[in-house]
Amino acid sequence: MEQVRLNIDGVDVVTTPDRTILEAAREAGIRIPSLCYDQRMDPFGACRICIVEVEGARGLLPACATRVTDGMVVRTNTEELRRIRRTIVELLLSDHPRDCMTCESAGNCELQDLAYEYGVKETRFPGEEHHYEALADNPLIERDYTKCVLCGRCIRICREVQGVGVYDFVNRGFEAVPGTPYNRPLTETPCEFCGQCVSTCPTGAIISIPSKGKGRPWQVEKVRTTCPYCGCGCQIDLHVRDGEIIEVSSPVMVGPGQGNLCVKGRYGYAFVHHPDRLTTPLVRKDGELVPASWEEALGMVAERIRGAMDDKGPDAVAFLSSARCTNEENYLLQKLARAVVGTNNVDHCARL
Amino acid sequence: MSGNGRTKLVLGYGTCGIAAGAAAVKEALEREVSAGGYDLDLDIAGCMGFCFREPIVEVFYPDGKSVVYGDLNPKKVPQLLQAAASGEVLEDWVVRRSDDTAAGEGDFLANQHRIVLRNCGNINPESIDEYIAVGGYEAARKALTNMTPEEVIDEVSRSGLRGRGGAGFPTGTKWGFARKARGDQKYLVCNADEGDPGAFMDRSVLEGDPHAVIEGMIIAGYAIGATQGYIYCRAEYPLALKRLEIAITACRERGFLGERIFGTDWNFDIKIKKGAGAFVCGEETALIASIEGKRGMPRPRPPFPANEGLWGKPTNINNVETLAAVSWIIANGGDKYAELGTEKSKGTKVFCLAGKVRRSGLAEVPMGYTLRQVIFDVGGGVREGKEFKAVQLGGPSGGCLPASLLDTPVDYEAITATGAIMGSGGMIVADSSTCMVDLARYFLSFTQAESCGKCVPCRLGTKRMLEILTRICEGKGEPEDLERLEVLAADIKAASLCALGGTAPNPVLTTLKYFRNEYEDHIFNRKCTAGVCPALITVKINQDICTGCGACARICPVEAISGEKKEPHSIDPDTCIRCKLCLSRCPEEAIYAE
Ligand SMILES: Cc1cc2nc3c(=O)[nH]c(=O)nc-3n(C[C@H](O)[C@H](O)[C@H](O)COP(=O)(O)O)c2cc1C
Ligand code: SF4
Ligand code: SF4
Ligand code: SF4
Ligand code: FES
Repeated sequence: MEQVRLNIDGVDVVTTPDRTILEAAREAGIRIPSLCYDQRMDPFGACRICIVEVEGARGLLPACATRVTDGMVVRTNTEELRRIRRTIVELLLSDHPRDCMTCESAGNCELQDLAYEYGVKETRFPGEEHHYEALADNPLIERDYTKCVLCGRCIRICREVQGVGVYDFVNRGFEAVPGTPYNRPLTETPCEFCGQCVSTCPTGAIISIPSKGKGRPWQVEKVRTTCPYCGCGCQIDLHVRDGEIIEVSSPVMVGPGQGNLCVKGRYGYAFVHHPDRLTTPLVRKDGELVPASWEEALGMVAERIRGAMDDKGPDAVAFLSSARCTNEENYLLQKLARAVVGTNNVDHCARL
Repeated sequence: MSGNGRTKLVLGYGTCGIAAGAAAVKEALEREVSAGGYDLDLDIAGCMGFCFREPIVEVFYPDGKSVVYGDLNPKKVPQLLQAAASGEVLEDWVVRRSDDTAAGEGDFLANQHRIVLRNCGNINPESIDEYIAVGGYEAARKALTNMTPEEVIDEVSRSGLRGRGGAGFPTGTKWGFARKARGDQKYLVCNADEGDPGAFMDRSVLEGDPHAVIEGMIIAGYAIGATQGYIYCRAEYPLALKRLEIAITACRERGFLGERIFGTDWNFDIKIKKGAGAFVCGEETALIASIEGKRGMPRPRPPFPANEGLWGKPTNINNVETLAAVSWIIANGGDKYAELGTEKSKGTKVFCLAGKVRRSGLAEVPMGYTLRQVIFDVGGGVREGKEFKAVQLGGPSGGCLPASLLDTPVDYEAITATGAIMGSGGMIVADSSTCMVDLARYFLSFTQAESCGKCVPCRLGTKRMLEILTRICEGKGEPEDLERLEVLAADIKAASLCALGGTAPNPVLTTLKYFRNEYEDHIFNRKCTAGVCPALITVKINQDICTGCGACARICPVEAISGEKKEPHSIDPDTCIRCKLCLSRCPEEAIYAE
């Protein structure tokens, strides 16, 4: 692709013309604040916190929604910009509960970060505030629009990434708020409970009910692993507190999922700590299944396979693998069937 | 017009006329003409601009002269018909005489220069033949058969025409962008959303001369290479929509719209899209979203519609008035249009005169006229001979200018320099009985309510400004409020996504600039000098004038007024709710608010 050269805060930056100013700046290590931006979706340009000065442009431009052009000269941190950003944060806080102490998203909230960065303790513009009732109309997702900053991220991720389109804004102006059609509960919409809206909401307006009250971001250890559910192999972070998984998230723009998860990957972790879960192999002895070591169990399987092969040839053996294995594991299984045992009798449950 | 040797009566039948009672007059005319066996023709036309004298009828005599009568009602119809048939002129009812511009309100029209409104009130808007008879569709024919698209764009560029939807962007340049944009399909959109209160020029043009707009669209479509046009018109304009539909059907029958129009191999057709009446849907990117069936919310530009517009295709959006001027420009030449106006603002502009002006209505004047000329020479000055105080220019997003700026010319740059905007051309005149804080509060309450809610500065900023203005009007203003207003106004203007938020603070900024003392009076002296804000006034009876007739006491809804018969009365300030009903009731004008 062709290259463009621009200057951001005195730094010469070379990038490609498909980049926005925000992306180009971040690549160059220059941080421009953002709120309604999530790289998984198209830019929206709503919060205005990312506005920058571009020489020759009429007025200030949102860095998240403006593509770079050759020769552009950008300033991201002037006195005026800082003043305006502060006003924006103060306006947001003038209609936002100041209950960070107990908010589920404290420590994981982009509004909190902005208030911290701009040193906003109190707003100069107090006035009417919204008080919506929190909606917990299903077992997984709670929505409390009292904390909503109207960034539209939930609306857009559901429509653009999930292709579902559960939400849109309703009402105008100060009364605008995201909602479902006719304010129906999520269970009466096409919602798939993927929790993508939870993952993108920058504040505590949409949260996961199973994680509620279980721990703060700084109290958990994040363990990167691969989702055990399907062959896609999305990367997930298990949030572990005192040996218990309290939440699952996905690192943005990493691995095949690029930060997106489905309902199973995000919410299907209860089995891990379930008392009925098998934690050792079982071997049938005298008609009873009894716990065994991996060595014993695998040895027994190998022995039986060999016996069948000796008796009736390799095609007497068939392999069926699981959709819950990773692609690599499935690959290894067919390798075992074809190269070690010598049969093409290999199949997979997801093909049925 | 009257060309067949008969006298013809033309009834103003736009929304303004109908609202004033033209439907009853129409019925009476039809009934009385047949009952009296009059040898007269009847016809309708759109608004002539004399909204302040509706319902009106223009009588055209066979000798070419005509007389406009106003303030008609069904009872006056028999007398009107008799006079029309006999050739007598009813002097008392005259609004305008073609043979005597000094008569009636003649100088209202005499001081105008009508290009966009050339046919409004003169032809039947439901008849394509009447439009053709005055030279209609010759410009479109000429463009399509004799000119290349580039030549059309050149002609429009030469005219100096700038978009009349508010921003004043040069029309020829904009067409050039759309022409150059690459795309297998391009669109042309006519913006007929007209959402600002006090603006009704687009409605009047659509009701009075829909073909002028359609002809402009055909020309624009050809120039930029768009084969499909849309008219985005608010559903609250049923008469405009009806007349557009009639006009579009007639055009298809004549081969002016559809395939191979005007006998060429060019195709162009028009669809009407009804808007649901959101002010923000007049903003071009919100309008596009609305046509696409999405929520009407603006998006950041670039990309501009010229490159990525409707359904992602190159799209050109023009205002009704812009397009109506285009057909005149192609017919008469860009140079002719450019003869009018100032260096950078050419041609004419239609203004909607409203508020405390004597003649409220539509006025089209050459650019460069001063505000004083428009308000006083055309508009007849302030009503009831009161003193001029201010004019709100450019609708609710515009600015409020004091008398000292009355010599500002009508010119995009000159008006912007004052802090107001040309906008769509609303002119709301205020007299000494208007409180400027209350006026700013009123305009901001409109933009605040119409904010789409997408961006933070506009959604929350205008709300907070309105709250501050409201408390100032309620006598609860705080000393820091002026600074808060200024900070918010500046940051909303600088940071809003679209021009709704970008211009919403203008009424506050201009009143703060030109009428700051009124704000200070409200905040520091708890006084509303104009006697408007209920919390800050006391209603009093002048004891020297009051005759004790008791009329005021009888109308007071809270019985705050007492006094002996024939003795001066007085008002209990604790009971009085400051509704000011008593003020107009007093025959001696003894009651006042301060
Ligand atoms: C909030 C808002 C409302 C607008 N409303 C209208 C309108 O009702 N009619 C209109 O022609 N332009 C309106 N505009 C301006 C349009 O966005 C656009 O500039 C115009 O239609 C372009 O046409 P022109 O170049 O012929 O003026 C509005 C702009 C804003 C920001
Ligand atoms: S859980 Fe998924 S499908 Fe449901 S609303 Fe959120 S993003 Fe849309
Ligand atoms: S609920 Fe969250 S993601 Fe959705 S608009 Fe509000 S703040 Fe943004
Ligand atoms: S400025 Fe107002 S109307 Fe325009 S996008 Fe922002 S909120 Fe919507
Ligand atoms: S991050 Fe750019 S406008 Fe919100």
